[in-house]
Amino acid sequence: MNRIKTLFSQPKSKLIPFITAGYPSLDITIPLVLAAEASGADMIELGMPFSDPLADGPIIQKSSQIALSNGVTVKWILEQVTLIRSRGCETPIVLMGYINPIMQYGWQKFIKDCKQCGVDGLIIPDLPPEECEDITDEMKKYGLAPIMLVAPNTPDSRIKKISKISGVLLYCVSVLGVTGKKSADNSDLVNYLMRVKKNSTVPYVVGFGIKSPQDVQLINQHSDGAVVGSALIKAMETAVNPLEGASSFITTLKSLNKKN
Amino acid sequence: MTYEYPDIRGHFNKFGGKYVPESLIPAINELEELYGQIQNDIQFQDRLTNLLQNYSGRPTPLYFARQISKECGFNIYLKREDLNHTGAHKINNALGQILLAEKMEKKRIIAETGAGQHGVATATVAAQFGLECVVYMGEEDIRRQKLNVFRMELLGAEVRSVNSGSKTLKDATNEAIRDWVENVENTYYLIGSVVGPHPYPMIVRDFQSVIGIETREQFFAMDKLTENKLPDVIVACVGGGSNAIGMFYPFLSDKVKLIGVEAAGLGTETDKHAATMTQGKYGILHGSASYLLQNDDGQITLPHSISAGLDYPGVGPEHSHLKDIGRVIYDSVTDDEAVNAFRWLSEMEGILPALESAHAMAYLRKPGNEISAGDNVVICLSGRGDKDVHTVADYLGIKL
Repeated sequence: MNRIKTLFSQPKSKLIPFITAGYPSLDITIPLVLAAEASGADMIELGMPFSDPLADGPIIQKSSQIALSNGVTVKWILEQVTLIRSRGCETPIVLMGYINPIMQYGWQKFIKDCKQCGVDGLIIPDLPPEECEDITDEMKKYGLAPIMLVAPNTPDSRIKKISKISGVLLYCVSVLGVTGKKSADNSDLVNYLMRVKKNSTVPYVVGFGIKSPQDVQLINQHSDGAVVGSALIKAMETAVNPLEGASSFITTLKSLNKKN
Repeated sequence: MTYEYPDIRGHFNKFGGKYVPESLIPAINELEELYGQIQNDIQFQDRLTNLLQNYSGRPTPLYFARQISKECGFNIYLKREDLNHTGAHKINNALGQILLAEKMEKKRIIAETGAGQHGVATATVAAQFGLECVVYMGEEDIRRQKLNVFRMELLGAEVRSVNSGSKTLKDATNEAIRDWVENVENTYYLIGSVVGPHPYPMIVRDFQSVIGIETREQFFAMDKLTENKLPDVIVACVGGGSNAIGMFYPFLSDKVKLIGVEAAGLGTETDKHAATMTQGKYGILHGSASYLLQNDDGQITLPHSISAGLDYPGVGPEHSHLKDIGRVIYDSVTDDEAVNAFRWLSEMEGILPALESAHAMAYLRKPGNEISAGDNVVICLSGRGDKDVHTVADYLGIKL
């Protein structure tokens, strides 16, 4: 069974850290994923850097730029996942990346290789339902979860449709905007997530603008998990030791959800 | 030949599409629906025609360039888009889209710009319609096109400098799209070329088609030599490709040779060029699939051209399609050839072309080109060169 499906069948609060692969250095990615798991990450989102990340704010843009100048490639990222799995990590891993590097790698081959390396799902922010069919069908064939996105301006009927395409897990963008910039107004967010709850046929996680243990707690009250990206990268940036900075930030983010 | 593209999903065969984040889907679907309605809306079309005539000064002339014709041994006709209000063809599209923005009741207009011509056109129509306007422009382009930056500011627009990536048009487009995602509820994104997600490549093409439609009528009625005839060859420069599509589209079903000229920068054998169609590979950027300059890992590479308006690693999806079906021939000329053509046209005809348009002019003298002696050749002179005087002086090592 897909690791994501297993995880989301459990009724507990979930924290999903986002890490740009190869940031700040190539040799940190494997220890970082393992440390995130040890600090209580329930699922890990590994960002595949792209030169033109349209849905990302300045923090992830910069981390992507650094990762690319470190020489990160799609092939390298898949190798890291293989190595992570060989170290016994069983936490679900999803890759987040823009469509162009995937097309250039060859999308059929990419899906096959993802499965083989131990990737559980894919988030492709510039692949909406209008363009996704061939790719999501192929993913399902290999048991990879296509984690499609919805936004606060997505109509109810479309939420339903997108959740059906997803099949396993849905990703709710919390605000109209890019990653790591503004945070959603609480009451708007709750109303929006109520709409998702009513219309989605699958569990859903929430990301964009989530920064603190309080945010993570609130999000979990109205969804199945919280994704934290830019804030985590910022914590790594400001720490003397990025690995320790990440671990302690993940631990802090989990602190209000311990009882679950 | 029947040519019916894009299809219902916004594809030109394998090109085009709507590769955008979910938050933008409602906006582009709304635009698509509205655009479907206004195509048969006589009132809308009349308003646009009125603006094109009385605000922009259309129709622009088709001018027989006697001296360079004599030198080349074929007849050269210049479609004078440089004589439009604001100095380039960009206004044709800006006027059309500002009417759409008004219909959608958007209060804020954003745009990207390379050379600044589209930024100026957008700032102009936003001023005319009393709408807030923000133009994203790469830091490098701001440096190259100071005059246009000040023009936009005089027109009341805010020019936001973009310092990510190559600091040129590609990055300005990224920033404009990010702004749009954030402000999609009150903001209209006025795209300047036949790029971006469907329906933009179609909308911009249609608004620019006035160039080709006029050319056809004017050529027919030009003189005894051209009476009831079509040109043999039509040449236009291609960055994103809006002036070229606007010129070519009304001729697609005719027996007319169509040639798009890209920027070869320092040469296509170097890595400093912007020849997307001749050197690029299939990929997806800024919302649509097309040919792109990219490395083996799918990362977009930095283009280079002396002309800020051609300095873009992508190209409109319809151009990629027209290349694949063999309907349009794409070639490229270098910075050097373009600057020479800039001087040539200035000296021989008393017309300073934009550096973008100078690429189309340079093709006329490129060895082994597709033009035969005695041909009737139309060139889309997409813009005027006043904005490029400093760049040309720099290139020639002259201090002003």
